[in-house]
Amino acid sequence: MSSGKAEVVSARGIVKAFPSAAGPVAVLNGVDLALRGGESLAVTGESGSGKSTLLHLIGGLDVTDGGALAVLGTDLRTADDRARAALRRERIGMIFQQFNLIPSLTVAANLAFQARLAGRHDPARVAALAGALGLSQLMGRYPEQLSGGQQQRVAIGRALAGQPPLVLADEPTGNLDEATGDAVAALMLDLVRQQDTTLVLVTHSLRLAALCDRQVHLHAGRLA
Amino acid sequence: MTGRARLVLAALMSHWRRRPLQLAMLLAGIMLATALWSGVQAVNAEARASYAEAADRLGTGTLDRLEPAPGAVLTTADFVALRRAGWIVSPLVEGRLRAGEGRVALLGIEPATRVALGPAEGGAVAEGDLLAFITPPGLGFADAEVIRELEGADLGGLTVAPREGLPPDTLVVDVGIAQRLLNLGERLTALVVAPEQPPGLAPLEQVAPHLLRKAPQDRADPEALTGSFHLNLTAFALLSFIVGLFITQSAVGLAFEQRRQVVRTLRALGVPLAEVLGVMAAELAILALVAGLAGILLGWAVAAALMPGVAATLSGLYGAEVSGALALRPVWVLSGLGMALAGAGLAGARGLLRTARMPLLAAGQARPWAVAAARGLRRQVLGAGALALALPLCLAWGGLVGGFAALACGLLAAALLLPVVLDAGLRWLAGRVRGVLAQWFVADTRQQSGGLSLALMALMLALAANIGVGTMVGSFRSTFLGWLDQRLVAELYVNARTEPEARAIRDWLAPQVDAILPIWSAEVPLRGQPGRVFGVVDHPTYRDHWPILRARPGAWNEVARGTGVLVNEQLFRRAGLSLGDSLDLPGGALPVVGVYSDYGNPSPQAIIGQDLFDARFPEAPRLNQAVRVDPDRAAALAEALRDRFDLPGSAVTDQAQVKAVSLRIFERTFSVTAALNVLTLGVAGIALLTGLLTLASMRLPQLAPVWAAGLTRRRLARLELARTLALAAATALYAVPVGLGLAWMLLAVINVEAFGWRLPMQISPELIARLGVAALATALAAGALPALRLARITPSQLLRVFADER
Repeated sequence: MSSGKAEVVSARGIVKAFPSAAGPVAVLNGVDLALRGGESLAVTGESGSGKSTLLHLIGGLDVTDGGALAVLGTDLRTADDRARAALRRERIGMIFQQFNLIPSLTVAANLAFQARLAGRHDPARVAALAGALGLSQLMGRYPEQLSGGQQQRVAIGRALAGQPPLVLADEPTGNLDEATGDAVAALMLDLVRQQDTTLVLVTHSLRLAALCDRQVHLHAGRLA
Repeated sequence: MTGRARLVLAALMSHWRRRPLQLAMLLAGIMLATALWSGVQAVNAEARASYAEAADRLGTGTLDRLEPAPGAVLTTADFVALRRAGWIVSPLVEGRLRAGEGRVALLGIEPATRVALGPAEGGAVAEGDLLAFITPPGLGFADAEVIRELEGADLGGLTVAPREGLPPDTLVVDVGIAQRLLNLGERLTALVVAPEQPPGLAPLEQVAPHLLRKAPQDRADPEALTGSFHLNLTAFALLSFIVGLFITQSAVGLAFEQRRQVVRTLRALGVPLAEVLGVMAAELAILALVAGLAGILLGWAVAAALMPGVAATLSGLYGAEVSGALALRPVWVLSGLGMALAGAGLAGARGLLRTARMPLLAAGQARPWAVAAARGLRRQVLGAGALALALPLCLAWGGLVGGFAALACGLLAAALLLPVVLDAGLRWLAGRVRGVLAQWFVADTRQQSGGLSLALMALMLALAANIGVGTMVGSFRSTFLGWLDQRLVAELYVNARTEPEARAIRDWLAPQVDAILPIWSAEVPLRGQPGRVFGVVDHPTYRDHWPILRARPGAWNEVARGTGVLVNEQLFRRAGLSLGDSLDLPGGALPVVGVYSDYGNPSPQAIIGQDLFDARFPEAPRLNQAVRVDPDRAAALAEALRDRFDLPGSAVTDQAQVKAVSLRIFERTFSVTAALNVLTLGVAGIALLTGLLTLASMRLPQLAPVWAAGLTRRRLARLELARTLALAAATALYAVPVGLGLAWMLLAVINVEAFGWRLPMQISPELIARLGVAALATALAAGALPALRLARITPSQLLRVFADER
């Protein structure tokens, strides 16, 4: 942990509810969170506890109903869709449970995709990442030709290729078997630390959570 | 486009690299829609250009003309008198010249005075040709096609030289030569008036009081006459365009569905929604332009194939001369590209709208079409209801455009209701079938019918159009045949070259035949329209056979006495006449005593007694006559006539020949419509194929469990084919009443507006059965490839449905 570093995520009293037939259902009910550069944080909790919702709010994929939320200096309460998109594109790497690769692009094109979007494409870095992720031999393949573990490694590479200061990972091993999940998680954490990148990891796995610098548990809409 | 937008575009377009067939279908949809639209527009543009060119060349485009008043004659003496009085005029002779079986237009000009009217007018005759042009036997000019037609024709020694840029189907000669070739003596058709005249001229009423000065808009305009024909073609092109759009909509809709997850990923990775939408629109525009250009090329080929038929139709039905060749005109190229872009935009609008509304965090599964279609059923019912309400309003609006708008409302309402009716039918069936496989088959068909609804709507529209137009043409044909039998009762028809010759022929024939019936007519404006008045003698040929639709008792007696007039149906309907109404004619008005059907032309006509005709139109040419004779003697008499008067073969025709020529013109008239019918059905077949192929890729999750439960792939493929055939058969059944409704609209509304006549509808079960078979054949052809692919699918592909990796 590097306590002298700038605050990457700052959340104060975040509230989020979703509409339902029986009226709004509060998912986050006053969440406070502070995260500094280079830190890795695991968010655990039961299904439906709001882990992914918190991650989506930090990533600017959704907006809070109340409270204050700033990510990498951007006030997400006031940022419009375009500003939130720019934040994600240029400063955040995202890793999804479903991998979310672009099925019609090759592994090489998927790996470089977000870095190119951000205008920070470095072929040497992509090649190095591919080597580190064990993808060098698979660069010409399409996602459907890969196993789940391979696809998730591509997703991790895509998130890190542009060297973003923040990576958000939503159940990155949820679709993988235990051994593969462990290997992929170890690889991800290793690369994140090498880059001194801040990581927010949402997971069910206490074993995976234990690998992070800090752990928080989400229960009844609050962090414990 | 920014680098980021290019990257997003490349990511989106990479979808097509993995699905080339889907891309091909999308391009084919836009291409076919554009091809049929721009092909017909090319035909229309060419025809309009021909009318304009002909009008300019004939001096009828922008210049005033002096023409004889009804019953009067314009002669060379009038020309001389006007020139002496200082008028700058140029004489004109217009007529038709027999050339083999057909006719060409003959245009007689006077080159010296025509030069004064403008450069285009005298341009046909170069200075070096002038002497040969004006000196008998003369020099004429025509395009190569006319020269070919004239081969072997008796032109009295006239030399015909090729010349480009002349009106189509026209031979241009000196005015004196034209008078000789047409046996007009000193008569002229018109005098073209130069726009700038010397000051202080003696007024026309003083120099030539029997002549009328006519501005261009006062004269019969071929474009106005043929407007309904072109509108008909345009309506067909629009129908084909809509059917083509269904293919596009089908492929674009699927592409949007399949790329929902990609769009979400792009947005999650930081691409703003507006940029995603902009890039998707740009992608669609690029595809539309590529396919649109290919469509225009195909349209060119379609137009080139249709053009000779259209030219023949316009010439045969309206006497409007149109070149059979095709020129590249920017109007239709731009209109084609515009339609391709607009069509693709229309097809993609729904997808773009859904993308714009798609929540960023929704589940990433491709939404099955069936679900989307089921949600759309209620909206379709509402849309169909709105269109059904608009239909009577369009009819009340009236006119040809109102008629076509009503047709469009009816067809679209029927198309929108098709998925609703199919769904209701399948729901009804689902509760009645027994056996697990049959239940699954019906349930699965119901689910799939949503995804195929656009293609089935396209098939239904094509079938309905075929049934409607086929029934209309069939009704027209049989009515026309009956009408020909009534109208062409005489055994022989004889056309003399000069009036003395005509008199000699009548004198020679009189003792040998049962009756000689003059066919003499004069051009007369009837209720403001250019029309023609015929004189008829009182003879049972007319009383017993003439196709009278409605008449007062004793109508023929009144006609014979010269106290009544018969009018054709188009004049009766257009002028809103009733029996007993008065019709203005040169020499005094007469009451309308009867109406007869007249399917030979769209112009107004009237019939009066021969004595009255002789008195009122003494100068009308008296060249043609019908001859009643024992049918067994007709052939020998025709031969004898030709020998005796040295008549060309075409001057004496028998009933069968005239009927054959009339029928040939009739068939040619509808050959273009028939070709468009077939093309529309073909496009619908491709729409069905597109729907099936694109659906096939999404069907595996539904088929794999059934395969796993023990059905072989081959059996699944057979069931898929059976499903397609069942849906096509149901669609064909639905198309029958829609098609018959369309036929009724064509016969009772469109024809009345376009031609002024209404025909009885005659339903042809044979036509309907034939189209039913065609629908099944189309479905079989379209369903075969997807079924074959399913039969050959590997087990591993099916197993992937159950695998986590999918």
